[in-house]
Amino acid sequence: MEEIRKNIDAIVVGAGPAGISAALAIRRGGKSVVVLERASNAGTKNMFGGAVYLNSIKSILPNSFQNAPYERFMAHHTYSFLNEKGSVNIKSSDYEDKTTATVMRPKFDAWLLEEAKKEGVFIAPKTLVKKLIFKNGAVVGVKTELEKYYAPIVILADGVNSLLAKEIGLKREYFPKDVVLSVKETLKLDKNILEERFHLQKGSNEGAMYEFFGGLSGFCKGDTKKKRTVVPFAIGFLYTFKDTISIGLGVSLEDLCEYKTKPYEILEKLKSHPDVKNLIEGAVESEYSAHLIPEGGYNNLPKLYANGVMVVGDAAGLINSAHFEGTNFAIESGKLAGETAVIALNLGNYRHNILKIYEDKLKKSFIFKDMKAYRNVVETIYKRKKSMLKYYPEKMGEFFELINHVDNIPKKQKFRGFIRKFFTERSIVELFRDFKAALKLFIDIIC
Amino acid sequence: MDIEKKLINVKYITDKTSHLILNQEICKVCEDKVCLNICPANVYKQCVSNENETEGTKNNDTIEVEYENCLECGACKIACPYGAIEWRYPSSGSGVIYKFS
Repeated sequence: MEEIRKNIDAIVVGAGPAGISAALAIRRGGKSVVVLERASNAGTKNMFGGAVYLNSIKSILPNSFQNAPYERFMAHHTYSFLNEKGSVNIKSSDYEDKTTATVMRPKFDAWLLEEAKKEGVFIAPKTLVKKLIFKNGAVVGVKTELEKYYAPIVILADGVNSLLAKEIGLKREYFPKDVVLSVKETLKLDKNILEERFHLQKGSNEGAMYEFFGGLSGFCKGDTKKKRTVVPFAIGFLYTFKDTISIGLGVSLEDLCEYKTKPYEILEKLKSHPDVKNLIEGAVESEYSAHLIPEGGYNNLPKLYANGVMVVGDAAGLINSAHFEGTNFAIESGKLAGETAVIALNLGNYRHNILKIYEDKLKKSFIFKDMKAYRNVVETIYKRKKSMLKYYPEKMGEFFELINHVDNIPKKQKFRGFIRKFFTERSIVELFRDFKAALKLFIDIIC
Repeated sequence: MDIEKKLINVKYITDKTSHLILNQEICKVCEDKVCLNICPANVYKQCVSNENETEGTKNNDTIEVEYENCLECGACKIACPYGAIEWRYPSSGSGVIYKFS
């Protein structure tokens, strides 16, 4: 093995938003930094639903955040509650909203990296880190396939699977309940048709996004005798890009294991729903992708630092899936770890008691505040999925059916029938539990 | 299922060796074989050896790994209840290459 020792101030593993943000912060503190990326080009291993938040990008690139390769700005946001026959939709439109934009990760991450390079961040692409190097109980460098890099600070921004954070015991292996598997397809569609279909102003960069709840229940294969109808904990999404659409979903890995269902079968079910089918009609499949989302949340955070090392972004499980937030947490946590690295480098002390500043900064930031407030959301929806992802979406459909159908039946009778059914098809106890769970989440978030 | 159709559009640089190493001794006796179901790229396939066919025994089947199709999501190593999958990244520069993700 060829060994080249490189003396730099800091090493960042992973050239995603968290890693780049960390590297920028370190560079801006006057220190040298190298980013090691296993892919040949940044972003080509990454996948997400589709949108980034401009305020977040502005926070690290105030002068150039508008130049990112944005595809469309999300002026329309539809919450779609699917049932067997159709759907009930709540759509909000804000034509001036330029805060959320779709991007393709290979283009976006590459752009971020170019911005960082302009400021003197070194990048070593096609460089897989195999191990961390220890000395006197502290991380002092990394071993790649060909070389050894030494630096007093190593930042792990190596994504949801972060083998390195696990290797050094900062993080335990996930259980299936801790992660959601996201699968998505990118579909190509003529720009004019796309704009017409989603009611976007012709030739504009206006865009639309959808969240789909319900409509994905089906028979459990592992339980063929009983033909039990199961409700997978899965939420669908659709985003519009310039001339493509992304359609996908996130589904609990625990449910996939239990129901013996393939993630793409659930995706096909979503795609075959009449609403979704109409939206993607004629669009041509151009890429299929999969990625994990760390859903452990605030109650399952890993240890975020140790002597000479800090963990950021997805590697640290920093997301708020209820609001589809992840890249913004990555950017902010990277920045905070980068700033902490600069403090440590200036002090010449890289021990955990100094790197704890990173955690203190996180605690004061919106990241921990939001993660704490939302700590029970995923678990609660998972526990109540039969009601939240089946019963209520279906009841919404039935309610509008009642209102919309004119059928010579007295209204009084119809309304009473609906109310009676509402309280008999799901037991009062369960309805009360749903209400209590929703109220508790509300209190968690507000108080 | 048309997973093959989906995978046709995915670009890869195939690694020389598999980055997914299975402990087949465990796979042979594993009853659930969740890996066969949860993988988004259908990387894991049941492989019934001749020896088993003659013996007619169940649950003595090894798993075939089509690592070339791996999307590197990491779900399998978490899903495997026996920790029988040694999951690594493909070597530098190889593996899946997303273009529109």
